[in-house]
Amino acid sequence: MMLPGLLVLLPALAAARAPKSLALWPLPLSVEVSPRQLLLAPNNFFISHGPNSTAGPSCAILQEAFRRYYEFIFGFNKQHYGPTRTPTGTELQQLLVTVVLDSECDAFPGISSDESYSLLVKEPVAMLKANRVWGALRGLETFSQLIYQDSYGTFTISESTIIDSPRFPHRGILIDTSRHYLPVKVILETLDAMSFNKFNVLHWHVVDDPSFPYQSIVFPELSNKGSYSLSHVYTPNDVRKVIEYARLRGIRVLPEFDSPGHTLSWGKGQNDLLTPCYSAEQPSGDFGPINPTVNTTYSFLYKFFQEISKVFPDQFIHLGGDEVEFHCWASNPKIQNFMKQKGFGTDYKKLQSFYIQKLMDIIAAVNKKSIVWQEVFDGSAKLQPGTVVEVWKAEKYPEELTKVTEGGYPVILAAPWYLDLISYGQDWKRYYQVEPLNFYGSQEQKKLVIGGEACLWGEYVDATNLTPRLWPRASAVGERLWSHGDVRGLEDAYNRLMRHRCRMVRRGIAAQPLFTGYCNYEIEPL
Amino acid sequence: MAGSTLWFSLLLAAATAGPATALWPWPQYIQTSDQRYAVLPKNFDFRYHAGSAAKPGCSVLDQAFQRYRHLLFHSASDSPTGRTEKQYAAEKNTLTIFVATPGCHQLPSLESVENYTLTINDEQCFLLSETVWGALRGLETFSQLIWRSADGTFFINKTDIVDFPRFPHRGLLLDTSRHYLPLSSILDTLDVMAYNKFNVFHWHLVDDPSFPYDSVTFPELARKGSYNPVTHIYTVQDVKEVVEYARLRGIRVVPEFDTPGHTLSWGLGVPGLLTPCYSGSKPSGTFGPVNPILNSTYEFMTTFFLEISSVFPDFYLHLGGDEVDFSCWKSNPDVQAFMKKKGFGEDFKQLESLYIQMLLNIVSAYGKGYVVWQEVFDNKVKVQPDTIIHVWREEAPVNYLKELELITQAGFRALLSAPWYLNRITYGPDWKEFYMVEPLAFDGSPEQKALVIGGEACMWGEYVDSTNLVPRLWPRAGAVAERLWSNSRVTDLEFALTRLTNFRCELLRRGVQAQPLNVGYCEQEFEQA
Repeated sequence: MMLPGLLVLLPALAAARAPKSLALWPLPLSVEVSPRQLLLAPNNFFISHGPNSTAGPSCAILQEAFRRYYEFIFGFNKQHYGPTRTPTGTELQQLLVTVVLDSECDAFPGISSDESYSLLVKEPVAMLKANRVWGALRGLETFSQLIYQDSYGTFTISESTIIDSPRFPHRGILIDTSRHYLPVKVILETLDAMSFNKFNVLHWHVVDDPSFPYQSIVFPELSNKGSYSLSHVYTPNDVRKVIEYARLRGIRVLPEFDSPGHTLSWGKGQNDLLTPCYSAEQPSGDFGPINPTVNTTYSFLYKFFQEISKVFPDQFIHLGGDEVEFHCWASNPKIQNFMKQKGFGTDYKKLQSFYIQKLMDIIAAVNKKSIVWQEVFDGSAKLQPGTVVEVWKAEKYPEELTKVTEGGYPVILAAPWYLDLISYGQDWKRYYQVEPLNFYGSQEQKKLVIGGEACLWGEYVDATNLTPRLWPRASAVGERLWSHGDVRGLEDAYNRLMRHRCRMVRRGIAAQPLFTGYCNYEIEPL
Repeated sequence: MAGSTLWFSLLLAAATAGPATALWPWPQYIQTSDQRYAVLPKNFDFRYHAGSAAKPGCSVLDQAFQRYRHLLFHSASDSPTGRTEKQYAAEKNTLTIFVATPGCHQLPSLESVENYTLTINDEQCFLLSETVWGALRGLETFSQLIWRSADGTFFINKTDIVDFPRFPHRGLLLDTSRHYLPLSSILDTLDVMAYNKFNVFHWHLVDDPSFPYDSVTFPELARKGSYNPVTHIYTVQDVKEVVEYARLRGIRVVPEFDTPGHTLSWGLGVPGLLTPCYSGSKPSGTFGPVNPILNSTYEFMTTFFLEISSVFPDFYLHLGGDEVDFSCWKSNPDVQAFMKKKGFGEDFKQLESLYIQMLLNIVSAYGKGYVVWQEVFDNKVKVQPDTIIHVWREEAPVNYLKELELITQAGFRALLSAPWYLNRITYGPDWKEFYMVEPLAFDGSPEQKALVIGGEACMWGEYVDSTNLVPRLWPRAGAVAERLWSNSRVTDLEFALTRLTNFRCELLRRGVQAQPLNVGYCEQEFEQA
């Protein structure tokens, strides 16, 4: 589609060539910008389908995206528009979007979705080409970032050629709606901001100890009893809304239902699911992890995950499996018996493995694949091939990456990107400088790193502070996962990210400042 | 105090009674009971007592009544209609206010009396105060006493409160130079300050990065020194709006114009004001602090502070004086010659001293008092005895408590900010550290302790603008507010957590984007409009 020679351009060189006004984030694989500037007139510019595109006006993903990006580019206030006509010959009048292969317009994005695209900006018509709609979405975002509005309100774009594709296919943001409930509106806004940063996975840690906001169709008591209140729930309709909003932005929704630990809130609406803890041979009234020794547990889990597998279209379900406390299991005489019967001795890791394997069988039976936190791998549960392991423990995470990939499992890195752990100053630089493949291992092992996630756990985060805490700090992770591994210069990153942050603010995202300075448009409270 | 055990039992009683658990900051004396009275929004009224010195037409209170009526009952209309309103045997539908002394049109000051008593019993629903400022504090407390039952009925419990602040200066600093804050952010902050009984807005208006104050006498300052001379400035009209908005909430506005350091943005609009730095024998093109050796500097300051003195009505101005970097002065041959002439040798503190003394003379000639950062004291600048010294350094040159000891020993009044830099964030419930600070925990006589007039929570602007100001400030600044208002013995963290958690939910209900203290929820979560 494009000159192959362009691919050899060093990305760093490409960035250096880009004019100061450019603030591409994340930086594309290859960018070539000519000094020739084109003007855009809002009432004489269109985004439309290329004549040979496999996607047409019936493709909701693109139709909606065209409308969104037109507004992001030109703003919502028509009075700020520059001259209605510009001298011919220096004007960009159209962006033609061509999807080359089967468009996948009505599909959901997946781990192997093709997000590559190429963009040729030349007067009078710019061309965006992609194999699938997913690449077209990424290209539209890049196109919108190429356009610059000067202080007189005139919109300009440089003639340029961009070829782009992501370094890693799994680029996620984790939100936690159990420790604090997040209104649907906040989740949708997060999806918007994710698309501005080319993230493609919303890892939705829906439930945990403190609350169970997911309204199950089959087990409505789970949220009736386990949510903070009846208004702190996600109805089936809410979930559908999130999934469709995400799909339109090329974002997968990966639900996490963490078990057997982190499940206190499940117990309120599902009797006998959790292990009763004992104290001095009497039930203490407290509960521990899910009870792995009774059949009712697995029949419940089967029905529950059957529902989850239908509600969430993604191929993967995150099963959690982290931080299982063994002392409650150890206190319970029935569990002690079960351990004896199974010949587990006092090795509760074996009991945990027993549980997880049964759970993963259920997941396979409902035709889904599993993602688990690293403890499941560490606990030497026999994982089915293709089970994805997510590494979250900050200590020695490169060693963990080596081990997991040695085992042949695909891996997602989250450990260095716990954005809830705030500190004073420009911590985005630390996130930015992480190199996910900087661990001991073969080429084949490195290929098993499918990406990473920025995690914003909810202990101290809710609708009041989520957005400024997430952005632009998560943007650093966004570029690390999308851009070429050589794109590492902090000064260049700072200059682009500062402007990218102002662009997010302009689009209504309350992204916090990187440092002293200003944006032309500041967010004003109403 | 004889009542100490009694006081603690009252505290515990209140801790177990549900309704008073959203009180923040905790009053000096409180007694509540389970006996409750219904409050019916449509019948409810604030009324001046016939003998009150403040009467209808008193802007401060008339407007406060409107605000609190709205804060209390604006969601009352959500309650299901068609439900027949129950008749309650005991209703309280009028809060009667008695203010002893007139003064509705004045400005609050350091000396303002903020005492009040609140009596809600079978006979009375009564707020008594010496001044309108005390009445404002009492209205806030009253609003925090009203609670809503599950069926939507408002109640207030039988309560006796005698309340007054521990310290007269309870401030919050905002920095509008490192990032510009839209006027609406400042006004919103004043609202939440009033909910927390803060009474001083320390406005760090200008600094190195930008000069957003649009001076009438020197329009070039903002034209050249602001981030954007159209959108990122505060006009005199804006300042007046802030001052009046603050006054109506019993809050003073103390502006800071920090010199001679932290002034890079001044230089853009006033050529010749800053010291040209030298590299070798040539000017390097960079600039240092205000040039203290030129008459023109003092002429400028004389005119500039004449304007500031009239635009900002508070008696006090904050003159800064922190972190003066001597290297540029040292590099400049003219400054060196001046040093020699004055016999200062190599001691640039003496040069700083000279500048500050000249400046203080200018400002006192306008009948103003002043606050300065601690370096002015540390560097032994001779200042007038009524100068207020503002302590901001945690450990150097000495620990902040030691610094308070030294300052008060020398007979100066002191303000504490060192442990309350809210811009410095860490993971977890850092409000507890702010809360556990005891400003008077230094060696000194009672007379020395009396010289500590209060403190300020500071939100410096390196990493803060309108996108994250509100959740970063609240409820963390609330911890400082209670420390400065409540009795020194109110230090129980668990009791504080319960109340602050409830108060934070109340802030959400009032539309304030206050961040969570821990895992949990509020009945009404924050939703962006």
